[in-house]
Amino acid sequence: MIEARGLTKRFGDKLAVDQLSFTVEPGRITGFLGPNGAGKTTTMRLILGLDHPTGGSVTVNGRDFPHSASPMREVGALLDAKAVHGGRSAYSHLLCLAQTNGLPRRRVGEVLDLVGLTEVAGKRSKGFSLGMGQRLGIAAALLGDPAILMFDEPVNGLDPEGIMWIRTLMKQLAGEGRTVFVSSHLMSEMENTADHLIVIGRGRLIADCSVAEFIERNSVQAVRVRTPQLDPLVAAVRRAGGRVVATAGDAIMVHGLPSAKVGDLAYENGVRLHELAVAQASLEEAYMEQTAASVEFRAGGSAAEQAAELGDRVSTGGVA
Amino acid sequence: MTATAQAAGSQRAAVLSASAGRAGFGGALRSEFTKIRSVRSTYWTLFAMIVITIGISALLSWGRIQDYASQPAVVQAHEAVRIRSRATEFSMFGLILGQLVIAVLGALTITSEYSTGMIRTSLTVMPRRTTVYATKAVVFTTVALVAGLVTSFGSYFIGQAIFATHHLNSSIGQPGVLRAVVGGGLFLAMCGLLSYGIGALLRSTAGAITASVALLFVAFVLSGFLPSSWAVHVDKWIPFNAGGAIWENLSGTNMFSPWVGFGVFCAYAAVAVVAGGILFRTRDA
Repeated sequence: MIEARGLTKRFGDKLAVDQLSFTVEPGRITGFLGPNGAGKTTTMRLILGLDHPTGGSVTVNGRDFPHSASPMREVGALLDAKAVHGGRSAYSHLLCLAQTNGLPRRRVGEVLDLVGLTEVAGKRSKGFSLGMGQRLGIAAALLGDPAILMFDEPVNGLDPEGIMWIRTLMKQLAGEGRTVFVSSHLMSEMENTADHLIVIGRGRLIADCSVAEFIERNSVQAVRVRTPQLDPLVAAVRRAGGRVVATAGDAIMVHGLPSAKVGDLAYENGVRLHELAVAQASLEEAYMEQTAASVEFRAGGSAAEQAAELGDRVSTGGVA
Repeated sequence: MTATAQAAGSQRAAVLSASAGRAGFGGALRSEFTKIRSVRSTYWTLFAMIVITIGISALLSWGRIQDYASQPAVVQAHEAVRIRSRATEFSMFGLILGQLVIAVLGALTITSEYSTGMIRTSLTVMPRRTTVYATKAVVFTTVALVAGLVTSFGSYFIGQAIFATHHLNSSIGQPGVLRAVVGGGLFLAMCGLLSYGIGALLRSTAGAITASVALLFVAFVLSGFLPSSWAVHVDKWIPFNAGGAIWENLSGTNMFSPWVGFGVFCAYAAVAVVAGGILFRTRDA
């Protein structure tokens, strides 16, 4: 269990983490979402005591993590797979970590087996591929058989097989009753793995809810209609208080009215329908919309414009 | 992979007993020893220190003997007294370069954690920073002392074998000789520790090595250019002169006595190590 209360971190005049309060519960995967630069890594570093907070506090199992009597039993963390001395073999790297906490030497062999690095255990890690480095980082996190696991962007740069492996592993770990706290800037990744979401932007909390709730709360419900008689239908929809967004050809998107109402309007106005479907924004879009205002850098166009654009592109989501 | 992950899950209860896994000083010591012995740079640096120091020492001893042998008998008689009284330090003069090599290893011991990013992993598994810092210093100093003693004894015995060809050697049983040879090892270890502290302060390998070389070597060279009225007061405080008092025969000069000089040198190292430790504790890693 991780609890942050009013957690704040300032670097010079930049507020990296701003009054964050949240709880990460055991037995499920909590996704920690936010655009790049939102403060996810800083928050994780604050949890581990690598950075000292400017204000507020964060506890692990009710205590400051640095005061833990057995840190590796409590938390296993993979913040950066490159945070190893490349001149050291995978085995020696894990051994020197295990020794700090008095863990038995056999654990090193066990975690190497678990992540599939046994064959290269004696090789210096500077020669490792990105995926192997990531596995080594995960092996280190698992050494102490910890109750809490934290992964910072674990699938970044991995091939599909590696991504699948990490997803499966995280689900497994949460299924065993552990707390799994995983960050990502990709909503699609969380949609597939997380049970619960903590969304931040510019260091501030945007949402703290289940994945289903996040979609429900944020998705724009729309109804996709195709008809050869667009004009009478558009007029009727507008009279009923709906909003119409034109798309290609003979199709329109109707916002603000349920599909049953749109169907009734068509029937009452004698409009023939070729298609009537509920379209729902994907989690990706909901997330983009939520965080758009908080994205620090973007290639061009204001955040508001992009958010508005996304709302209109609702049809790209799964059509029911 | 799924299968292995599941296998791990089914063993969960048996993986580690509830009481296993306490973080403490002993474990941290073992860990730091594993760290220092598992990278090649340690071996290369120590090997370089031993070879360079013994090599330079032997070369200088040999040169001195060649010089002596080429002198007319009248000069030799006078020169023999001088060489005999200083045979011990003449045989260890390579320490002036050896100190720089051990300073590199001292700095690397801590700066490599920063340059590789390992520090974040180290402080995650062992968040008690004072313990990490202290055990690292203890392990490094122990390793440096052992290698330093090998270096100084090696230099001494090889040098004396060269001086013995003209019966100008000292022997380990003479007053002050054993102190000087053991002192050579202590001096090297303390040079390394000073550099370790500077490394913790600067967190950069290049910066720490530059600063250490400036303190240990450049300051010594520059002190040679001081007007003598200043030199009388300043010279003995120069790190190399203070630390060197323990292995050089400086009696009759303005320098400190052996243990006082070495004490001053230890104080320099202590200032660097304590200042580095305070920053290591308080800074964001």
